[in-house]
Amino acid sequence: MSEVQLPIYLDHCSTTPTDKRVVDAMIPYFTNQFGNAASRNHAFGWQAEEAVDYARDQIAELIGASTSKEIIFTSGATEADNLGIKGVVEMYARKGNHIITANTEHKAVLDTCKALEKKGVQVTYLEPDAQGMITPEQVREAMTDKTILVCIMMVNNEIGVRQPIEEIAKVAHAGKALFMTDGTQAVGKIPVDVNAMGIDLMAFTAHKMYGPKGVGALYVRRKNPRVKVTAQVDGGGHERGMRSGTLNVTGIVGFGAAAEIANKEMESEMARLRKLRDKLESSLMEMDEAYLNGHPEHRAPHISNISFKFVEGEGLMMGFNKDIAVSSGSACTSASLEPSYVLKALGLDDELAHSSLRFSLGRHTTEAQIDYTIEAVKNSVQRMRDLSPLWEMHLDGIDISTIEWAEH
Amino acid sequence: MAYSDKLLDHYHNPRNVGRLDKGSDNVGTGLVGAPECGDVMRLQIQVDDESGVITDAKFKTFGCGSAIASSSLATEWLKGKTVDQALAIDNMELVEELSLPPVKIHCSVLAEDAIKAAINDYRVKNGLEPIKGEESLVH
Repeated sequence: MSEVQLPIYLDHCSTTPTDKRVVDAMIPYFTNQFGNAASRNHAFGWQAEEAVDYARDQIAELIGASTSKEIIFTSGATEADNLGIKGVVEMYARKGNHIITANTEHKAVLDTCKALEKKGVQVTYLEPDAQGMITPEQVREAMTDKTILVCIMMVNNEIGVRQPIEEIAKVAHAGKALFMTDGTQAVGKIPVDVNAMGIDLMAFTAHKMYGPKGVGALYVRRKNPRVKVTAQVDGGGHERGMRSGTLNVTGIVGFGAAAEIANKEMESEMARLRKLRDKLESSLMEMDEAYLNGHPEHRAPHISNISFKFVEGEGLMMGFNKDIAVSSGSACTSASLEPSYVLKALGLDDELAHSSLRFSLGRHTTEAQIDYTIEAVKNSVQRMRDLSPLWEMHLDGIDISTIEWAEH
Repeated sequence: MAYSDKLLDHYHNPRNVGRLDKGSDNVGTGLVGAPECGDVMRLQIQVDDESGVITDAKFKTFGCGSAIASSSLATEWLKGKTVDQALAIDNMELVEELSLPPVKIHCSVLAEDAIKAAINDYRVKNGLEPIKGEESLVH
């Protein structure tokens, strides 16, 4: 076996390392070219503005935007989700007050919708099928003449499911509503074309695609239709009045560089990661009582979410987290004791949600690392099962769902 | 958050894993927790009828590293104690020994509950009244 690079990072849905090429592009803008992109009367400002414009072009290119003016920079995807949803609700209040979204969205979308509900906005939370999919028919049934926005994420952050957003966008448009998508886990990872897909607004961020943390963007369509959002941060009127605040020039430059690299390497990288992910997944699924979470085909190529029944996710991770970083739908890391709401939305019982691991591969993942991970995870699952009273009951033929568990 | 060496040692080298014959009169079994809560502990004691001393203890736990370590440590402490001494084990002693972080205190509570449940099972089998414990607040 070839030399394995340790530790192994398989948590790219959480964040990615900043690519060295991206860092190199950013560095001059910390020191020599430190200008404020809004300074119109000297070379420092012009240089900064030029750098921002260049990055805007690189990002527009990656998502197929018609013009770079459609990119509104924010502090990240959470802010972009907030701006897109709240901004549309305020701007189009006269047209209606109904939003359609799904209960498997990221908290940045769900909690924004919940905040709006308190202000009288009507929100429909669609429930996915057992494989995590939302159908265009569900959206059609939920549409009313008051619906102004349909917001469905492109790729789910926990299970990697790729929603049929093209068809959903058509349904939204047929009902005169705008279509927004949270593209955080998709942009830079899989092909995104805002025009071909019918996207009116899209939130995404640099740090999920090998750019720096602290910078993201909201795509806001300018033609067919011309979409406007009401600013949520007031100030100097930056970003065409939609998002005030001095531009994070270094971050934006890094975002642009990351977008260009992702664009260039996407096709080969997708194929490479799919092969590695499939190897990891099929090997782990050979274990007894292992269950794949999410649709097996309609998925981003770098994500796999598997439940290993009768073992608890955090306990399982402790067996290898010295060398391997993954994440779990187990609640044990949070104070709430509630397991993943996404997995529960798929209809998984709490026990299976507690037993899940999410693997998300990335640019530096090697086959040797995947081989190492397969062994380490299998060993840890076996060890945890040897320790598990539930596994023992399972082997004894006892159905644990028939046991009356003490109040807990 | 980093776990203590003692906790990691119990996680990686759990003591007294296994099961005792739960049909036997001198064996008490406690099964606490619930799968949907993410932790289930089965803790068993074997008691010498003459002396009331716990001669063996075994556990199996479905749960996080802190739950596994708490139950492993509990079995270690139980062996050699009398049943009465075992009843005095307090979850905060486990918290201190393993340096459990605040979000993991419930694991130690569960271990204490498991000890009490095992003792009560033994008592009931041997014609004694179960001891009423205070309601645990965490679970």
